[in-house]
Amino acid sequence: MIKGIALLLLFQLLGESIVFTTGLPLPGPVVGLVLLFVAMQACKMLGLGLFAEAETAADGFLANLGLLFVPAGVGIVALWSQLQSQAGAILMVLVASAVLTLAITVWTFVIVRRFVGRE
Amino acid sequence: MKHPIELWVYLSASPLLWLTLTLFAWILATTISVRLKRHPLANPVLITIAVLSTTLWLFDVPYETFFEGAQFIHFLLGPATVAIAIPLYRQWQKVRQALIPMAAALVVGSFSAVLSIVLMGKWVGLSQDVLVSFLPKSATAGVAMAISSSLGGNPSLTAVLVVLTGIVGALVVTPLMNAMRIKDYAARGFAVGLTSHGIGTARAFDVDETAGLFAGIAMALNAIATSLIVPLLVRLVL
Repeated sequence: MIKGIALLLLFQLLGESIVFTTGLPLPGPVVGLVLLFVAMQACKMLGLGLFAEAETAADGFLANLGLLFVPAGVGIVALWSQLQSQAGAILMVLVASAVLTLAITVWTFVIVRRFVGRE
Repeated sequence: MKHPIELWVYLSASPLLWLTLTLFAWILATTISVRLKRHPLANPVLITIAVLSTTLWLFDVPYETFFEGAQFIHFLLGPATVAIAIPLYRQWQKVRQALIPMAAALVVGSFSAVLSIVLMGKWVGLSQDVLVSFLPKSATAGVAMAISSSLGGNPSLTAVLVVLTGIVGALVVTPLMNAMRIKDYAARGFAVGLTSHGIGTARAFDVDETAGLFAGIAMALNAIATSLIVPLLVRLVL
């Protein structure tokens, strides 16, 4: 478990370092994600099992992903006085955007899959 | 012997109390959610935030004091983003099979998520700083906050909007998809993961395993796509 967490942190650290030195317009953890994926594929090809514990740690994180959003979400308490005047407009835009994005994404997926399947 | 009030004054200022309370609020919320058969309205993230916000408000505790404790959980958003590499690696075969529909849905969906905010936000007259903080709201919190602060937005506001988007998507996805008569659970999952990141993915896993898998993939891909699209659009449109 500890080795798994250490590996995830290591790849985040690598990602952050690359972003800092190159000025790449991507967040550090996203670069870490891509690096870890590439490293795991490379290990598979070489027949090495270096990432078993990283998988255990990752499963733990992803099973409780919702919890990690809680501290930021409670921030609404601190921002409320600032947002009050725009709250209605913000909520309306947010709901409309979410529904629109869901519908457009699912349609694109289904239509393209049907089109590709027919070929 | 000290007075109980002194104990409260001591504890309420310590990170220990708020960290412990956050974890127990989460355990309570997930128990309620399971008891109510994972009903979309009994969203554990929503319940936990409601319980904690009410507690802070009732006892007049500043958010900064709460965050002293909760920051240990918040910090884990970074490694949790890296952790998305694992489902992506495990399911790479399935991903490759659906590569073309996913690539199309990713590009179209990611642009819709951002452009809808630009257009509607300008239309209802949101201020510039709110707008910039709003754009990355479909990406997972750690990524969205990084994008927002790099473009001069307010990362705390972004975090709140990310969580709200997550909850709204998780609440509406099942009734919306049923109304649209979409039966492809890969497509349903992909849509909710792209729109509502981790909170949508957690919801998708509650409904169907294939949906959860594609939601996780969509969340990972949209974290990358959003970090490329938002800075570009800010330069071009705003």
